[in-house]
Amino acid sequence: MNAPQNPNTYRSGPDENGHFGLFGGRFVAETLMPLVLSLEQAYEEAKADPGFQKDMQSYLKHYVGRPSPLYFAERMTEHLGGARIYFKRDELNHTGAHKVNNVLGQILLARRMGKKRIIAETGAGQHGVATATLCARFGLECIVYMGAVDVERQKPNVFRMKMLGAEVVPVQSGSKTLKDAMNEALRDWVTNVATTFYCIGTAAGPHPYPAMVRDFQSVIGKETREQMLEAEGRLPDSLIAAIGGGSNAIGLFHPFLDDPEVKMWGVEAAGHGLSSGLHAASLTGGRPGVLHGNRTYLLMDDDGQITDAHSISAGLDYPGIGPEHAWLHDSGRVSYISATDQEALDAFQLCSKLEGIIPALEPAHALAKVIDLAPQLPRDHLMVMNLCGRGDKDIPQVAEILGGM
Amino acid sequence: MTTTGHTRIQTRFAACAAEGRAALVTFVTAGDPDHQTATAILHALPGAGADIIELGVPFTDPMADGIPIQLAGQRALKAGQTLAKTLAMVEGFRKAGHDTPIVLMGYYNPIYVYGVERFLQDARAAGVDGLIVVDLPPEEDVELCLPALAAGVNFIRLATPTTDDRRLPKVLQNTSGFVYYVSMTGITGGTIASYDAVGEAVARIKRHTDLPVAVGFGVKTAEDAEAIARGADGVVVGSALVERVRASLDGEGRATEKTVSAVTSLVAELAAGIRRVAKAA
Repeated sequence: MNAPQNPNTYRSGPDENGHFGLFGGRFVAETLMPLVLSLEQAYEEAKADPGFQKDMQSYLKHYVGRPSPLYFAERMTEHLGGARIYFKRDELNHTGAHKVNNVLGQILLARRMGKKRIIAETGAGQHGVATATLCARFGLECIVYMGAVDVERQKPNVFRMKMLGAEVVPVQSGSKTLKDAMNEALRDWVTNVATTFYCIGTAAGPHPYPAMVRDFQSVIGKETREQMLEAEGRLPDSLIAAIGGGSNAIGLFHPFLDDPEVKMWGVEAAGHGLSSGLHAASLTGGRPGVLHGNRTYLLMDDDGQITDAHSISAGLDYPGIGPEHAWLHDSGRVSYISATDQEALDAFQLCSKLEGIIPALEPAHALAKVIDLAPQLPRDHLMVMNLCGRGDKDIPQVAEILGGM
Repeated sequence: MTTTGHTRIQTRFAACAAEGRAALVTFVTAGDPDHQTATAILHALPGAGADIIELGVPFTDPMADGIPIQLAGQRALKAGQTLAKTLAMVEGFRKAGHDTPIVLMGYYNPIYVYGVERFLQDARAAGVDGLIVVDLPPEEDVELCLPALAAGVNFIRLATPTTDDRRLPKVLQNTSGFVYYVSMTGITGGTIASYDAVGEAVARIKRHTDLPVAVGFGVKTAEDAEAIARGADGVVVGSALVERVRASLDGEGRATEKTVSAVTSLVAELAAGIRRVAKAA
């Protein structure tokens, strides 16, 4: 179905209508269409404005704490006995995850556009915390929509957002997780059009969000490129990252898409296993459809009704994926695989014990596949895993599962 | 572009105008609270005073709808409603001899998954007159709007308070049947802040098109309908009707003997409301 035909570059998308091949687009209500168009214009202007870029660089350095280190995970490498494993340490960013890279960009853009009220959806709460943080920093009103189920399983982040002055609205509709939080945020936006900026947390939604969020997250891949050249004198052989909506993965991958020697793996959440039906692997277990402003792979039934995703990780618990990943999947440039809840839990513990780093459950999915792949690869193979979040937020949930250890 | 020949929608608006009144457009969700009761409601609507029927196609993620229509969709899906069953409802309605125009209203994904070509073929064969698809703005016209027009099915677009004069021609370009003006920025079932502002907006749209303009979102009572009918060619009522369905259900959420009449009695009141406004024929 409309597979992209071996483009000369994988980095030129989307087209002017926001399409990555079959995927992407602007599937929103008419009320929102003028807002989406003005956002696109404002973003294009900001992108070309050296002043905006200078502000970004300055806050990224002094407030977020970038560049994040590219760390050689020596004990993990020894333990697995294959590829040389590097962690891109985005868990060391202010607020503890990669989410802040994107939020900083969008909040600076909102300020440029004169918007004083910021809304966001959140799953695990990392995007909500990052948004609440930057709203506090710039004195903006912040409302975060969060599924009622996620409010329950990510309590530390809920408290953190409230501490930062945000209003957290538990969403009771539908499956009460990330997709419903996004529905509710869209309902807010369509109601409060004049005052409100919608800060989307992943590389999905109507154009220009997928491209804009990717651009803001690409700092991860750009730094990795320079850091690897410095450490090893060459590009990495492979990149691997966890995927919910896919913003950390696209941020790492995008600067390398036109380097054919760099292999890439995206890791979806397989929940209880792909055959169980309880998973969040939309590329492996879904098909193309339209939701939340874009066409992409979705989990759905034969009538086109969206089905509930399942993952131990609230941040991956979404029945869709960013449209650029859908395109990279169909074009074959990136390989998409999956890790189960149990594999992620095992990786979570191994990383804590071997490296003294407690990862978030989201990157623990990527790490689970590093554990599978690395032993099969030669010892000179350079593999970079995006350690995109830290695990503090997951401690209560994991402790409950492991029986308080 | 408009479809050639007179569609049932055009004919009905013309007939209402000839009677010197606005058209009453009623929205109910297909399959709410169950297929059988929803079918009975559908068949009772023309007799109660509905001039045009919008039949909501349930979807799990209705991003532009308020709680009443969200709940109606959930009830319908729980009772097993599908797009195929909705088309069968329309087919049954036509077989019973009703000529009231039917517009399917919903979101794109169920249609996309059904297959656009197959859907248009089946919808037209069933007797569907028009489509309102909330998440298909003019920027995505190639998806369904242009194929629908080619298949002789009206594609009715929403115009909103954020659709300014510069954008209006783009919104109207491939619209056919009528224009649906959304009375507010917001979701279905909200509250209309100012009838005057709505009247001005309708007048503004009418300067750009000869198509009838119907107004919806927030019309709940006969008095609302009367006020909106002064400026508009049609008045759309939805959330208030599905709320009547909800209020008529028993403790387990099942239909009762009151469910159909709960809807039709409000439709009759609304029909009387718009008839209190005499318009130049």
